[in-house]
Amino acid sequence: MADQLMLGGHAFTSRFILGSGKYSLDLIRAAVEHAGAQIITLALRRANSDTDSILDHIPEGVTLLPNTSGARTADEAVRIARLARACGCGDFVKIEIMRDSKYLLPDNYETIKATEILAREGFVVMPYMYPDLNVARDLVDAGAACVMPLGAPIGSNKGLATRDFIRILIDEIDLPIIVDAGIGRPSQACEAMEMGAAAVMANTAIATAGDIAAMAGAFKSAIEAGRAARLAGLGRVLDHGAAPSSPLTGFLAD
Amino acid sequence: MDQPMDGVTVVEVKNKTDHMAYLPEMEQIDPTVRLQVVAARDGYDETAYTARDVRAALEATERTPEHFAALLSPAAQPFLEEMAQKARMDKRRYFGDNVYLFTPIYISNYCENYCIYCGFNCHNKIRRARLDLAGIEREMAAIARTGLEEILILTGESRKMSDVEYIGEACKIARKYFKMVGIEVYPMNSDEYAYLHRCGVDYVTVFQETYNDARYEQLHLAGHKRVFPYRMEAQERALMGGMRGVAFAALLGLDDFRKDAFATGIHAWLLQRKYPHAEISFSCPRLRPIVNNDRINPKDVHERQLLQVMCAYRLFMPFAGMTISTRERAGFRDRVIDIAATKISAGVSTGIGGHDGDEEGDDQFEIADGRTVDQVVSAIRDQGLQPVMNDYVYV
Repeated sequence: MADQLMLGGHAFTSRFILGSGKYSLDLIRAAVEHAGAQIITLALRRANSDTDSILDHIPEGVTLLPNTSGARTADEAVRIARLARACGCGDFVKIEIMRDSKYLLPDNYETIKATEILAREGFVVMPYMYPDLNVARDLVDAGAACVMPLGAPIGSNKGLATRDFIRILIDEIDLPIIVDAGIGRPSQACEAMEMGAAAVMANTAIATAGDIAAMAGAFKSAIEAGRAARLAGLGRVLDHGAAPSSPLTGFLAD
Repeated sequence: MDQPMDGVTVVEVKNKTDHMAYLPEMEQIDPTVRLQVVAARDGYDETAYTARDVRAALEATERTPEHFAALLSPAAQPFLEEMAQKARMDKRRYFGDNVYLFTPIYISNYCENYCIYCGFNCHNKIRRARLDLAGIEREMAAIARTGLEEILILTGESRKMSDVEYIGEACKIARKYFKMVGIEVYPMNSDEYAYLHRCGVDYVTVFQETYNDARYEQLHLAGHKRVFPYRMEAQERALMGGMRGVAFAALLGLDDFRKDAFATGIHAWLLQRKYPHAEISFSCPRLRPIVNNDRINPKDVHERQLLQVMCAYRLFMPFAGMTISTRERAGFRDRVIDIAATKISAGVSTGIGGHDGDEEGDDQFEIADGRTVDQVVSAIRDQGLQPVMNDYVYV
């Protein structure tokens, strides 16, 4: 059977979710093609433009994932999500609720509230969150389609700064765990996939690259390699020293 | 009498009021932030920094007020190229290729203040005008036809000629034509900001002009604007009234520009810490010639110094918005949108009624970049940057 990412009953073969908000519109098509991406995020607030809309630049057949950036409360996120649906952006929504303009860290509490409301309204809800196991469980109960923990502050390109906590989510949560925010290099995306993340989302790392399309392609390869390694079952990697070749317990007789 | 500014003849004002005393109708809020900003400005010795301090500031990843102080100092001037390179990287990290466009609309130029450097001041003999609501609608429709989706509504500072209800009606009309509405009008109380927020406004810009209250007193001789603390607390009252974002500026050239830029940054920094959700933006205006006085100029703030200030703001608060004014020439504006600024005005008229027909009222200041929206859009594209008309949804 093909290795598929399932989100709200929809199947995807690509595990690379591409951001669109930080580079020129005429580069979006090339980035999507090189990334092999089947899902692209866009800020509803940006799509809400009458002239040269970002929507006109997204290739057909790619699933739109509008986000609620700009929302500071669950109520605002819900209103933005409904607006996105009314604008023809489909049923997928990525919840982003920030009450901090400096680090743009997600507000987990408000995110749970918005997830509950939007899941009830039939949205495929993909919540961006700070990796906290209790919150992740609440998001599952609220009807989320996946959980999207941040690797590092958005746009920081610092990689998997929250590695240990994401690992806990991967171990404990049955929904897909999609690492969102902070991934700065293909090697970091690869590591997330090796750890067992279901997908990786990246934007700034590609937008700030010298060659956007080429970097999108590099991420694609890294994510595929990490996934393949995960499926293959990683060989034993020891954190400290080597394993002794003469075991200490070899003297036991029975 | 003393001449507070070269080339400006001052009309004598009798019975000048205490510029530090609130008038009865003015709301008084917790003064902590204001006092901290003034103390920081007073304590800023721009000569105390060395090349070593500047290098440390450039190498830091999270920059502190001390780093900011070093970046604004004369010691940082030889590092301008490095500052620009770093600022550009920070700008791209937060804003990517995006450059936002807007235009100001002046709906009234009646003013009760006597700010001796300003073209709208009540003693300057200019053509005064106030658009009625139909006129506002015509102007806005004309602006919307250029493709712009963000507007900044400005008035001269006269509560009598442009009261809060009038501004509110203008904002409601603006919401029909634009996705994002900001105001740059006289400072008001938090309940009045709340009212304007309900009318569709989400961004409030107030220029403090100078953060040196003694200098402020010499330049603002009459009117509500003379009250220094009330103006300085405007951004906080706007946030208390529910506005999404606030913009800060010192008018560079009125006083020691490094100290004023430092105070502007600290003001924004402190309010962002107190109101973490607030969106923060800087404007970077320099003095310009006005009608009846072409000798007003920004003195020691040349383009190099202006760029240093802009880069220092960007490096200190990399997530903040920054607007570049039409006070600057096209060649300067086109470069700084790649380095530090995030927003540029286009198709600008600073007079009354200039967008749909002839101007009825004179301009606030001379602009140096009169390009149309299409021309600015082309200039942005020519640099490989992305013009963005709107990145905003009012909820």
